[in-house]
Amino acid sequence: MKIQRRDVLVAGAGAVALVSMPWAAMAQEAGAAKTVDELIAEFTGGAEVTEGEGVSLNAPEIAENGNTVPISVEAPGASAILVLAAGNPTPPVATFRFGELAGAHTASTRIRLAQTQDVVAVAKLADGSFVKASSNVKVTIGGCGG
Amino acid sequence: MISRREMLQWGLASSAALAGLGFGNLSRAFAQQALTQDQLLQFDDFGNLTLIHITDCHAHLKPVWFREPDTNIGVGEARGRVPHVVGEAFQQMFDIAPGSAEAYALTYPDFVDLARTYGQMGGFDRIATVVKSIRAARPNSLLLDGGDTWHGSYTSLKTGGEDMVRVMNLLGSQAMTAHWEFTFGTERVTELMAMMQQPLLGANIFDKVWDEPAFEPSKIFETGGLRVGVVGQAFPYLPIANPGWIFPEYSFGIREERMQQVVDELRAEGVDLVVCLSHNGFDVDHKMASRVRGIDVILSGHTHDAIPEPVVVGETIIIASGSHGKFVSRVDLDVRDGKMMGFRHKLIPIFSDVIEPDAEMAGLVDEIRAPYEAELTEVIGKSEDLLYRRGNFNGSWDDLICEAIMSERDAEIALSPGVRWGASVLPGDITREAIHSVTSMTYGQVYRNEMSGEMLKTVMEDVADNIFNEDPYYQQGGDMVRVGGLGYTIDPYARIGNRISDMRLLKDDSPIDPARNYIVAGWASVNEGTEGPQIWDVVEDHIRKIGTVSLAPNTSITVHGD
Repeated sequence: MKIQRRDVLVAGAGAVALVSMPWAAMAQEAGAAKTVDELIAEFTGGAEVTEGEGVSLNAPEIAENGNTVPISVEAPGASAILVLAAGNPTPPVATFRFGELAGAHTASTRIRLAQTQDVVAVAKLADGSFVKASSNVKVTIGGCGG
Repeated sequence: MISRREMLQWGLASSAALAGLGFGNLSRAFAQQALTQDQLLQFDDFGNLTLIHITDCHAHLKPVWFREPDTNIGVGEARGRVPHVVGEAFQQMFDIAPGSAEAYALTYPDFVDLARTYGQMGGFDRIATVVKSIRAARPNSLLLDGGDTWHGSYTSLKTGGEDMVRVMNLLGSQAMTAHWEFTFGTERVTELMAMMQQPLLGANIFDKVWDEPAFEPSKIFETGGLRVGVVGQAFPYLPIANPGWIFPEYSFGIREERMQQVVDELRAEGVDLVVCLSHNGFDVDHKMASRVRGIDVILSGHTHDAIPEPVVVGETIIIASGSHGKFVSRVDLDVRDGKMMGFRHKLIPIFSDVIEPDAEMAGLVDEIRAPYEAELTEVIGKSEDLLYRRGNFNGSWDDLICEAIMSERDAEIALSPGVRWGASVLPGDITREAIHSVTSMTYGQVYRNEMSGEMLKTVMEDVADNIFNEDPYYQQGGDMVRVGGLGYTIDPYARIGNRISDMRLLKDDSPIDPARNYIVAGWASVNEGTEGPQIWDVVEDHIRKIGTVSLAPNTSITVHGD
């Protein structure tokens, strides 16, 4: 993964510029190829993950440029949100952590997608439960719209 | 107590009845040689507000021939649903008599014969007559332009879109949204916006660097005591389907949440009605209508569909008004207590032989064309066949263009974009204007390079998925890339990677070898720095050489599907 910790911080800061309360973003180390399921299990400690309410992931349906795809995640009350690019050689994108005084539990960044794939967000909510959202982002060569 | 839903259904029934009175009478009237402008414009006023919609004229100032598609495959939920119904099935669905004026206007069968009977359609001088007539009857009206207005003709290319800005100003357009407008480049769009007497609305146009709204998203119009919120939605896939490097500052996308946000803001402002002026394409609008709450009317553009009745999705009605100036939609609405209580609609066909030209607009069109008249009307050659484009796969215009590319550029395979614009040519003379109608653009260079068989397959699969993806939000509109020198089989209902099979090089009927390189020429590349002669010159040179165009039916594309 090409995103450095600093890049994620800078990109994320743009979206929550008015929020002065602490939150932290942490780029994952490019570990040995763990599967998406393994990465999620690591994040949740094996707890059950439900789909739907509680976390939203905003990503374009079709990337205008696969090298820099804007995405944003939001999970009110969450303490952390894990973002994975399931189809990349190294899926981890970032884990956004929010302190207790964070004003908005939202973060945005730009990621590189090697191919058409699902982007996955898993949030740890205030009650300790985990919820997941995913969005298919198509990377296309384009050319002939009418 | 009549619920809103029932009112909508009643409205639809009323619309259907009116379609019967207006459009239905047309064929009988023609049969009696008695069709009049009054009949075309006949409309029982309804409610307290009128929307007038025109879209995708592609800068066609004068009346045209335009054959509607013979193939328009719908996938997923859209299968068998308008606009994915063509020909006789369309005629049956809307109770249209074969051979009638409405059959000519809305469907392809017997096109050449019916064209000779009923004449050309469109023309801005006729459109102006219709708009003025509606406005005279309905002072509380809004004229909204769905975009693809500035691009598509010789004069629009020569004037950099200015001709169309002048025409839409004179017509009194009150707002527009955009797609091909951006292919003139950011700088030119900015210049033309300074000349426009209406806003260019685009809730989904964002600044790429800051990811912030870059255009006015909406405008509130006050008319007859009503406040009408109009949201613009530009074509979502501009930087993908068209060269993003020409307008590098902007990002687009469907941005459903953004649409909801803008609609919610308008509702919070207390508007009486929310209208979405959209260039999404019909299937995208259909899905958006089912997911975004609070839109009363979607005026749908991009996919060039002419649908005689509004399509109702939940509490939203979708209006599709065709292309190339063939139709103007009139939508009368009863708006009370901040709600749309009912509607009445007519897709008005612009029969140019029946509707009297408006002198003022005719004067402007003549003035615009005067410097180019000799170039426009020069006859380049003749055609024995009908030349048309519209449809999911190669039309005869596309076959001729591909033949020209292969011949003039000495290529084994030609690729031509699956755009839906471009007027038809009846057997007879081919003018320079007709060639530009199907080729005009700001990036028309004809490239020539080598492409592996594997790459060709990837390109075809990619384009097919942009059209036949089951999820409308992944569809870009347009049709399948047109090919010359290449045959293939397609299953539109399959998944990406599995739709295209049996690719063959036609010159020796050999299977396309993934590992071999082929000489491929084509136009409308989205890549910066593409070199080559302009496509209209290539086509013109070819037609001059052959003199008379005679095309064998294209049997090299096989469409499968269950």
